[in-house]
Amino acid sequence: MISVGEQAPDFTLRNQDGEKVSLSDYKGCKVLLVFYPGDFSPVCGDQLSLYQEVKPQIAEKGVELVGISVDSFFAHKAFQEKLGIDTTLLSDFEPKGEVARAYGSYIDAPLGFANRTLVLVDEDGTVAWTHESPNPGEFPGANVIFDALS
Amino acid sequence: MTDLGSAPVPPIGAEDHIRGEGEEAVVVYADLGCPHCAAEWPQLRERPGRLVFRHFPVASKHPRSPALHAAAEAAGRQGRFFEMVDSLYADRGRVDDPHLWQRVEQLGLDLDRFEADRRSKEVEARVRRDFESGIRAGVTSTPGVFGP
Repeated sequence: MISVGEQAPDFTLRNQDGEKVSLSDYKGCKVLLVFYPGDFSPVCGDQLSLYQEVKPQIAEKGVELVGISVDSFFAHKAFQEKLGIDTTLLSDFEPKGEVARAYGSYIDAPLGFANRTLVLVDEDGTVAWTHESPNPGEFPGANVIFDALS
Repeated sequence: MTDLGSAPVPPIGAEDHIRGEGEEAVVVYADLGCPHCAAEWPQLRERPGRLVFRHFPVASKHPRSPALHAAAEAAGRQGRFFEMVDSLYADRGRVDDPHLWQRVEQLGLDLDRFEADRRSKEVEARVRRDFESGIRAGVTSTPGVFGP
């Protein structure tokens, strides 16, 4: 797992609309990277739905919420529409899980996806806070995010 | 700015929706659009002691939930909160406005008052207050049950 105080590895991934998005695009803003196992899984849907409900309050703290999983951007689009959320979802698809690996979040085969991990990147690209779930089946409540932002 | 950081489940208060009596109490954060809540509701409502219902609508997951919670809260303002909750969980396939009006009629409520209340800022704020207390308490799924 990446450590607080380290420079967050930059990346360029496609969002749910197929557009390229880089971490460096957010320079000057705080970004909360939400690594999750996969689109359309029950727990991931619950997590992103819950965070959507408090997204305005997260934005009030000056933080942009960004989801990342190994799914394709086509799947992201469908998942986003199914959940009715507008959180940006980035596709860590090819090479599979490369960004998750760079952040120390990837779980190797046989699972082959990111653990449920939160990484707060501050305005200058430094890791300010992290949270890793004990297993992919659990996700941190939104209160944990607000504790980190207080 | 609303603080949504961690905090204990708020104590049971006069504004809570409480069914039953007794020393023991269970606090349930529930979503009226949630199938799991509907499935567990018959068991929850039969538990001994007091049952405290708190609103926890997750709109992105269940788009109709905010309207249903507002309807229950509006029914509560005419003294029939739990009757509306029971009705909504018992028949999840009929939750559009005409179905709500039917329920209002069956429960003997004043429809005009119901309509005004369920669209009021006060009801919206009341529902949101419960939801935010659940967020602070770490609720991640529904029903979120706290108690013995």
